[in-house]
Amino acid sequence: MSYTGEHLVYGQFGNFFIVLSLLAAAVAAISFARATVVQEPSDKKAWLTLGRIAFISQTLAVFAIFGLIFYILQQHLFEYHYAWKHSSRSLEFKYLLAAIWEGQEGSFLLWMTCHSVLGLVLLTKRSEWGAPVLSVLSMVQFALSTMIMGLYIFGWKMGSNPFILLRDSGVLDNAPALHVNFDITQALRPDYLSSIKDGNDLNPLLQNYWMVIHPPVLFMGFASTSIPFAFAMAGLWKKKYGAWAEEALPWALFSTAVLGVGIMMGGMWAYESLSFGGYWAWDPVENASLVPWLIGVAGLHTLLIYRATEQSLRATYLFFILGFLFILYSTFLTRSGILGETSVHAFTDLGMNWQLLAFLSVFTLPSLAWFLQAYKRIPSPQKEEEISSREFWMFIGSLLFFLSAMVIIGQTSLPVYNKLSTFFFEQIRSIPLLKDWLGPNATPLNLAPPNDLEFSYNSVQIYVAIIVALLTALTQYFKYRHTETRYFWKKMLIPVLVSGILFALFSWQVGIDYPRKGPVFEGSIWLAVLLSIYALVANLSYIWIGARGKLQHAGGSIAHVGFAMVLLGIFISSSNKEIISNNIDGIPAPLAEGENPRENLTLIQDMPVNMANYTLTYLGDSAHPKKQLWYYKIRFVNKNGTDSFLLTPNAFVNYKGNEGLMANPDARHYWDHDVFTYITSIPNPENTADTSRFVPYVRKTGDTLYYSKGTLLVQSLGLRDNVPDSLFGQNGKLYELPVSVQAATGTSYQLTLRAALAKGQWISLPDTLTTEGMILKLQKVLPDGSVELGIKESDALLKYVTLKAYRYPWIKLLWYGVWITAIGLLISMIRRIRIRRLRIAKS
Amino acid sequence: MKTMHIILLVLIAASIAVLVSFTNTTSTYDTIETAKEKSGTYVHLMAKLDKSAPIEYDALNNPNYLSFTAVDSLGSSVKVVYHSAKPDNLEMSDKLVLKGKFNNGYFECEEIQTKCPSKYKEAEAQGKTHPGNVPDPRNGNATN
Repeated sequence: MSYTGEHLVYGQFGNFFIVLSLLAAAVAAISFARATVVQEPSDKKAWLTLGRIAFISQTLAVFAIFGLIFYILQQHLFEYHYAWKHSSRSLEFKYLLAAIWEGQEGSFLLWMTCHSVLGLVLLTKRSEWGAPVLSVLSMVQFALSTMIMGLYIFGWKMGSNPFILLRDSGVLDNAPALHVNFDITQALRPDYLSSIKDGNDLNPLLQNYWMVIHPPVLFMGFASTSIPFAFAMAGLWKKKYGAWAEEALPWALFSTAVLGVGIMMGGMWAYESLSFGGYWAWDPVENASLVPWLIGVAGLHTLLIYRATEQSLRATYLFFILGFLFILYSTFLTRSGILGETSVHAFTDLGMNWQLLAFLSVFTLPSLAWFLQAYKRIPSPQKEEEISSREFWMFIGSLLFFLSAMVIIGQTSLPVYNKLSTFFFEQIRSIPLLKDWLGPNATPLNLAPPNDLEFSYNSVQIYVAIIVALLTALTQYFKYRHTETRYFWKKMLIPVLVSGILFALFSWQVGIDYPRKGPVFEGSIWLAVLLSIYALVANLSYIWIGARGKLQHAGGSIAHVGFAMVLLGIFISSSNKEIISNNIDGIPAPLAEGENPRENLTLIQDMPVNMANYTLTYLGDSAHPKKQLWYYKIRFVNKNGTDSFLLTPNAFVNYKGNEGLMANPDARHYWDHDVFTYITSIPNPENTADTSRFVPYVRKTGDTLYYSKGTLLVQSLGLRDNVPDSLFGQNGKLYELPVSVQAATGTSYQLTLRAALAKGQWISLPDTLTTEGMILKLQKVLPDGSVELGIKESDALLKYVTLKAYRYPWIKLLWYGVWITAIGLLISMIRRIRIRRLRIAKS
Repeated sequence: MKTMHIILLVLIAASIAVLVSFTNTTSTYDTIETAKEKSGTYVHLMAKLDKSAPIEYDALNNPNYLSFTAVDSLGSSVKVVYHSAKPDNLEMSDKLVLKGKFNNGYFECEEIQTKCPSKYKEAEAQGKTHPGNVPDPRNGNATN
């Protein structure tokens, strides 16, 4: 059966290239492996050439797959499920790439693309390590290729194919209109495609420039961890246990820089464009990429120790192997759906859990087994490091990074423990002999994250940070092997004094205000700030003391300065973060002692509200010309009137099947703090239809009347009868009724309602009390002098938004710190590449 | 024994101690009945919105008070109070994870996670392709 309007050729090419990438990666892995083990130079050369051709072929295939998916999305070929699911006709060109890696298939492809690029760089190197490293890399690439195969092997799904057709994806199976005779048991109509008008679009929260740049950097970071891993494997393979260190060092520096930036870009995205209210939430998805980075930093430092002193090679192996394995573990955690309730932004389960687990196992088991088997043969000097040596303290720092990573992943893996325990219970109970061994009342683990998740991490990691900050500051002032005590103290003196002064200034001018978790924790934050300042100053000084001001030699110190800024930025911004929309029951007021403030505040249009140091006014909204995206204009004026600015947080409202509100914040940036706000609630559009009616009430002077949010007091009726006959006719009257309104919120209002009796007709002038959502009118005056009031209460009268607003102090330290760390690492990388080139040129 | 070995052992012991003490701070996933039994204890309540009961939320009156009724798969129901803004997809959610504790006859909720039916539901594909068959996710949903 053929269908009209389909463009099947792109998918056919796509599948061809998927198969090609898989086979070429396999050929490359085998050829480079042969090139590693054969002795005969001519054989070696032949295998190397074959390996190169295969690797370049797989690279071209990966690029071709990418190009084809891009074309399918860009041309809106909705016969392909991927285009239908991830894009739409209205999606801007700039988000097409984001749409590709929104899905699991596309993100695997992005990862493969990064591996290919790194592999191409490795191909240009003429080194004995090229073959084994590329062999390992090609194996990883092969495993990734299987993830986008989309084959069923003995009923097991292998991979999820990005070129699957919409009509094969199952999505249309239950749509009668698309089937012959409107019967879903029959075939699809040949012209079914003409009914597929538009795709589902990229998730509106992801329609953001961060979604365009964050994933490529992060996946480049993921991919880059494969290279130190591959070098470690190559060392075991060739039984030249330490010879790869020099060549691997620039890669380790690159990996630390790129993965670090990738992770923090995620933090910046969360901070700037998502309504998370911060840059880090210890969400499993965040932790899963932080952990390999921490292990990678540990490995980088032990590798430096090894290069300088031949110590710590075994630890380097362990860290590089585990750094990569934890990337795979993260992949398993975030893509298997196992995180379930514990993460707000994990991928959905694609039914590939066994494959992900297999991916994890085929690299974990052999690499660890190989490492343990070779452990004794990996050289390790008998001589112990001296306590006054740099390597001693560097090693302790690395160890802390590593153990900190283990603790974090141990805490993050809570859902895995539940799954494992359930699995074992099922297994044990299915074995007849052991059936009753567990007892009838035993239940598998059912652990949920703790009450205060963030604190469960913070309360541990702050001590890691304190020690690491101290080590970062001190260690550069130690020399490798042995340091003279006098030398050390002489050099240390000035940085210690300067940091003391800066800390005193900080305590006096800024301070830390975080009483929530008790004095011990607050004291720890103070200590952490002191030591971060010290780390910053000490490393900054070392650029002159140690590297004599030559920046190209001071990569390490620059990276440490950046890292100290990151720590400082985190401590100050997180502990001094202020929720400026704090209020009590909707009334923004200075908080009374012991009262529990609430974080959301409702602003009624044009009603200024005082909030912390600002007066806020909701000025109104405007709509995006093409999308259901609304911009809410909020004016901030500070207390003494010296500063005023407009923030326009936006929100997608009921956007293409995403029911509800998807809010993006807006921020005002100052050099020392940010003010930002986002919308948490808007009036339900269903309620805004004004269906309420005037309810009549008859009252006399002095009577009160209750409405939903307060009381009304009817005062004495006034009458003006000298009204012009031309307008009011004979016996025309104009009544004036003063009314005082006492709202439950404490506010009172005074109104005067007017009604006229003109030409025998009652004409009322309604008066609107927007803040109370009420329209009042005097409907008529009865013969006995009592009055009939009409009251209409409706939220539809009011335009309002509910928002949260924060003040984040010193956040820029964190962002600049991230960039400076990365720049320092890259400077080191360039220097290490140069040193190696010089050495090769000399020999 | 080398100094480094001693430090290594101390740090590893400390890490294990941290993880063990962490397991003592964890909470549990509960049904309404078990949450009531553990009155006053912080739990993760797995439930869903009772769409036949009213949702009380008036942002004008108090943007930090939301109250609704939750039911679980065992048929129990409980009044839930949440002192923050109403999650906008509450009515559309098909599952709720309510973090908080049962107290004074109601569930005092500190955090709500709403699990919505996927936006890529097949039903919506039908809706997009056949105008007469548009599913209305709001059908039968009580709103404030």
